[in-house]
Amino acid sequence: MSDQSTQAPHTVARVPRNPAANEEAYLEVTDLQVQFPTADGLVRAVQGLSYSVPLRRTLAIVGESGSGKSVSSMAVMGLHDRKVARISGSIKVGGREIVNMSDKELEGYRGGDAAMIFQDPQSSLHPYFTIGDQITESYRAHNNVSKRKAKDRAIEMLGRVGIPNPRRRVDQYPHEFSGGMRQRAMIAMALVNDPKLLIADEPTTALDVTVQAQILDLISDLQRDFGSAVVFITHDLGVVAEIADDILVMYAGTAVEHGPVNKILGEPLHPYAWGLLESIPALTGEPQPLHPIPGSPPSLLAVPTGCPFHPRCEFKDRVPGDLCTTLKPDLIPRTADLGRTSRCHLKEPDQVFQTEILPRLP
Amino acid sequence: MSTTTTPAKSGVRSVEGAPLLQLDGVKMHFKTKGDGFFARGTKWVQAVDGVDLTISPGETVGLVGESGCGKSTTARLITRLLEPTGGQIRYQGVDIAHMNERQLRPYRREIQLIFQDPYSSLNPRHTVGTIVGTALRTHDMVAKSGELKRVQELLEVVGLNPEHYNRYPHEFSGGQRQRIGIARALAARPKIIVADEPVSALDVSIQAQVMNLLENLRKELGIAFVFIAHDLGVVRHFCDRIAVMYLGRVVEEGPRDSLYEKPQHPYTQALLSAVPDIGVVRGVPPKNRIRLVGDVPSPVDPPSGCRFRTRCWKAQDICATDDPALIERAPAQRVACHFAEPPAESILAETA
Repeated sequence: MSDQSTQAPHTVARVPRNPAANEEAYLEVTDLQVQFPTADGLVRAVQGLSYSVPLRRTLAIVGESGSGKSVSSMAVMGLHDRKVARISGSIKVGGREIVNMSDKELEGYRGGDAAMIFQDPQSSLHPYFTIGDQITESYRAHNNVSKRKAKDRAIEMLGRVGIPNPRRRVDQYPHEFSGGMRQRAMIAMALVNDPKLLIADEPTTALDVTVQAQILDLISDLQRDFGSAVVFITHDLGVVAEIADDILVMYAGTAVEHGPVNKILGEPLHPYAWGLLESIPALTGEPQPLHPIPGSPPSLLAVPTGCPFHPRCEFKDRVPGDLCTTLKPDLIPRTADLGRTSRCHLKEPDQVFQTEILPRLP
Repeated sequence: MSTTTTPAKSGVRSVEGAPLLQLDGVKMHFKTKGDGFFARGTKWVQAVDGVDLTISPGETVGLVGESGCGKSTTARLITRLLEPTGGQIRYQGVDIAHMNERQLRPYRREIQLIFQDPYSSLNPRHTVGTIVGTALRTHDMVAKSGELKRVQELLEVVGLNPEHYNRYPHEFSGGQRQRIGIARALAARPKIIVADEPVSALDVSIQAQVMNLLENLRKELGIAFVFIAHDLGVVRHFCDRIAVMYLGRVVEEGPRDSLYEKPQHPYTQALLSAVPDIGVVRGVPPKNRIRLVGDVPSPVDPPSGCRFRTRCWKAQDICATDDPALIERAPAQRVACHFAEPPAESILAETA
């Protein structure tokens, strides 16, 4: 038991993310389309998505189920079965084109330069093999080293992600790990080859909030040490505010807003982003009634014409004519702010936000 | 308290002046198979170990805590899907903890449950009309001739198209299915609804729709809620009073504002400070976060004394020997900690 001097909690400062820096993109996605032909028709999961992420920066992709956030990221990892998915456009990672890469090349790419962390560590770790086996397998697939050396590397990585007693833990099976520890083990496995691009698909959604906080810290620390580009997929805007530099809001397979995180969450310009902010209950102040977005997201089998958000948009009547229902707006700068874009026909969205939306926010 | 009970027409007995629902030292210990011969080494998972909770008519009480803290087990005890291994569950003063199915029938009508997963809690082979109608029939709520009309009324109340009564669950979205589950719970005209993570599986925009619906029902129908969630923002939005659970016990309980602004238990403080805060981007100065080290201990072999002591920065020798009682430290705010005190500065970032 401890003495008086340790009577302070172990605290971690919340560091605001650094402002935009113009660096060369490591990951560059241009006009990405992903479609799945099905018996019911063509599912247009991703329609013309473009974004870029430089090294040492984190892009958060935000959206609801069926917005295309996971499908687009799986395309970046080259994980789609090309017999099932139709992919067009360009995905460049470190100058290499991923779309149309041969299966053999993809094997060298996945787990080497690019790695992915999944939401559910339970189903991403094989129950029959020890944690150590799974990490060494990934290491030896990309490096010509002895089993012994690979195991040393696995122990080093487990220690690096904060698993206590890694020498003993390396020979244990996934079921002997708690949920948070499994997520750490999966991060160790993803990072074993020093990937320059890390894609984290809802890595903390299945975790409790205190464990989530530990994992978010870990990902930030590791990114700083390894200098990787990170794509972080989530639906939790609080997590985005803490971990990301840039944010891309997706709706029905398209990007509707893109830019630095403090701008997009602080002064969003798209009615969908407004709706999201108005749907989140606050942790301080008198509870205000929520203003949810009416209706539900469209089926990707029949994406609405014009702006895909128009059936749920309360501002479409302010746009003259039937522009919203007939013409899909472009993703363009709407204000003098550099480096941010929005896809909406509404005039002076910054004014609308300041006068009508901001007072309603908790 | 008077001992005479008055059976109402519904078959529900009640004691004059008793609270609507009162849990008193409720325990639920599950047996695990021992590995030894003749089940030697049988162990008990202490999922819920001595929970006290009182709910008044029309009140909303939130239960928060992390996985394995016993909040869902508590929900199943209140609705008597489980029989507790200890303690009392008094509904209007009458102990329902060990009643058999036949005795429970009238109480089941008054205490309803809404489930987390809108996909697995509705029978895929039944139409919405059958699902809601079964609840009406089970509890003899309406005559057969009026059943369809009542089903349609209920669908309308929860914001669904009443003409869709003959559709199947797969024809509805997640949010709409959760509404069907709510309509089913409302069919019995309950006095208490236990909602176990009712919005956790839904997308943010849909989550807000369902929360507004629950809020309206509570205001219009005066139903008391036991609202279980792990999202602290959602719980704060919906509940008057909140109980924080850790490893099978309530560690802190109090009115919403005092619990969020002046939490006194170290675990509550750590929990609140771990919530990612969107305010950072709106220029709210960032607060330091409390980091808990290690994992939640196993409920099979919980620590002696205070169960949180293994992860607590305030722990002293007394914490290992003396189990702290849940005592009132501020008006209506009860804390189970030897060193309970409000935080030096607010845990949550202030909105300017």
